[in-house]
Amino acid sequence: MNRINYLFNTKKERVLSIYFTAGFPELEDTLPIMEAIQAGGADIIEIGVPYSDPIADGPTIQDSNLIALENGMSLKKLFDQLKGFRAKIHLPVVLMGYLNPIMQYGMEAFCKKCKEVGVDGLILPDLPMQQYQDEFKELFEEYGLFNTFLISPQTSEKRIREIDQNSNGFIYMVSAHSITGARTGISEEQIAYFERVKAMNLKNPRLIGFGISDSETFTTASNYSNGSIIGSAFIKKVKDAKNLSEDIQEYIQSVIS
Amino acid sequence: MIRVDEKGFYGKFGGAYIPEMLHPNIEELRENWESIIATPEYQAEFQMLLKDFVGRPTPLYFATRLSEEFGAKIYLKREDLCHTGAHKVNNTVGQIILAKKLGKKRIIAETGAGQHGVATATVCALMGMECTVYMGSLDIERQKPNVERMRILGAKVVPATSGSQTLKDATNEAMRQWINNPVDTHYIIGSVVGPHPYPEMVARFQSVISEEIKWQLMEKEGRENPDAVIACVGGGSNAAGAFYHYYNTPEVRLIAVEAAGLGVFSGKSAATTALGTPGILHGSKTILMQTEDGQVVEPHSISAGLDYPGIGPVHAHLFDVGRAEFVAVEDEDAMKAGIFLSRTEGIIPAIETAHAIHALNMIEYQKDDVIVINLSGRGDKDLETYIKWGNY
Repeated sequence: MNRINYLFNTKKERVLSIYFTAGFPELEDTLPIMEAIQAGGADIIEIGVPYSDPIADGPTIQDSNLIALENGMSLKKLFDQLKGFRAKIHLPVVLMGYLNPIMQYGMEAFCKKCKEVGVDGLILPDLPMQQYQDEFKELFEEYGLFNTFLISPQTSEKRIREIDQNSNGFIYMVSAHSITGARTGISEEQIAYFERVKAMNLKNPRLIGFGISDSETFTTASNYSNGSIIGSAFIKKVKDAKNLSEDIQEYIQSVIS
Repeated sequence: MIRVDEKGFYGKFGGAYIPEMLHPNIEELRENWESIIATPEYQAEFQMLLKDFVGRPTPLYFATRLSEEFGAKIYLKREDLCHTGAHKVNNTVGQIILAKKLGKKRIIAETGAGQHGVATATVCALMGMECTVYMGSLDIERQKPNVERMRILGAKVVPATSGSQTLKDATNEAMRQWINNPVDTHYIIGSVVGPHPYPEMVARFQSVISEEIKWQLMEKEGRENPDAVIACVGGGSNAAGAFYHYYNTPEVRLIAVEAAGLGVFSGKSAATTALGTPGILHGSKTILMQTEDGQVVEPHSISAGLDYPGIGPVHAHLFDVGRAEFVAVEDEDAMKAGIFLSRTEGIIPAIETAHAIHALNMIEYQKDDVIVINLSGRGDKDLETYIKWGNY
């Protein structure tokens, strides 16, 4: 069984997924950050694969991507670091990244490597559903990788249904018209959208991301979904951390408590 | 056949690799653009503006002294005489009417050298629409006159401060801002790049160039088809326009001229087909300059308009199937060709265009071949670069 399914079978509420950029702030921080996220009490680890041109990301994640690349991070390097991580990490692990670096690595080689090291799922923001069905679906299934699609306030009901049919694991609800890290707080308009999607009774669990940064926003968003995703706010914490492991654990506990 | 398929592919290249947040916008465009531009109402407004505002048709000029010099019949398609000084305005006029018909209130655009930004600011002023142009902060520094032209026209110029702070980053920033404002905003992309339907839509608006070449050449030479068409390629919008009605006429050679910068293998180049490999950039599968790990490489060219690490998917396809010949011209040779054209024909070309002029020295042709060079823009915006180069 895929660890993502197992998680949502056992936990339906207040699931917390944490995104970080591999290779940031230091090249070798990947495993220490994963261990701290797990020790802090989060439920899913999302590892960002850095890219030179992340068009869905705001300045915080853009900067972390560029620094990670300057530090020498690459997919090859990341897979080297992830070798054997399952000895320590039992949480579901999802890789999030843009298509181009993965294409250059080779889609099949990439999927094979994900399975080999113990990755459970993928979030590829610039892979549209049509291309996924045409080119990659069979491959992902062959290697047991779950694929997560995004929806936004503009996504039509018809398309949300289609995405629900084609998703496994969970659906990533982008909380507003925005790139990452662009917002703070949750508006009434956003809540109306959360309620609208909740009422659709989708087969997949939903996690809300973009604009989630603290206990208050986490709780609000989680009231209308199965949980939330924190990215930019976490990157800021990591950037300013004095003691990486302690600060991460403290932050995650402050969010979920 | 060279043409786009239903899913937006030219052979292996194209498509719409975009975040889901942009899906509704792209779908809205894809479903509506062709039917809107086919209406008599749209065509009446579009043709009137091309004629009276842009100044079309642009002349197809027989370059006497240039022809003598090279021993061929060389014609220059004078896109430099378009309002705002380059072919870019053909596309912005087409897209602004479309945006209006789609009920959009705001326009955003990216720009490198500022030509597309100026052409966008111009049509926004014409239509009374709000306009924001994203421009790399480095380009803002080196293209000050165009920045001020945009401001005079009432546009807001916003610096893109990420990455290399040039055209690629301005495009990233414009896409991000479109994600942030999807409902009332139309993004006017300036080249044949981006997700489907942009590459085909922009090419269609620019195809007026080859449409005119056909009848103009018939008048002058008694034939519609030249032996060769030469155009420079950054993203490739002027080339797509000059090639469009000849894509499927194999007896017409299509010659695409890229910028070699300081030399194709110098590490300071924008010769995409010479250096690039297939990948995804700005929403389409194309050929791009990248590292082994799939990170996009910063290009270099003395001309900001060719300083782009990819090419439009249609050009990637023309290259892939061998329909077009690709050559790469170095900075120094382009500058010399710019001066040469100035003194031979009394036309100071944009430095982008000067690359296409130099290509005459690189291709083989028969005596008295009819060659059309797309003179995509004029050199006023490049005076500072010419002066700095100084070798004239």
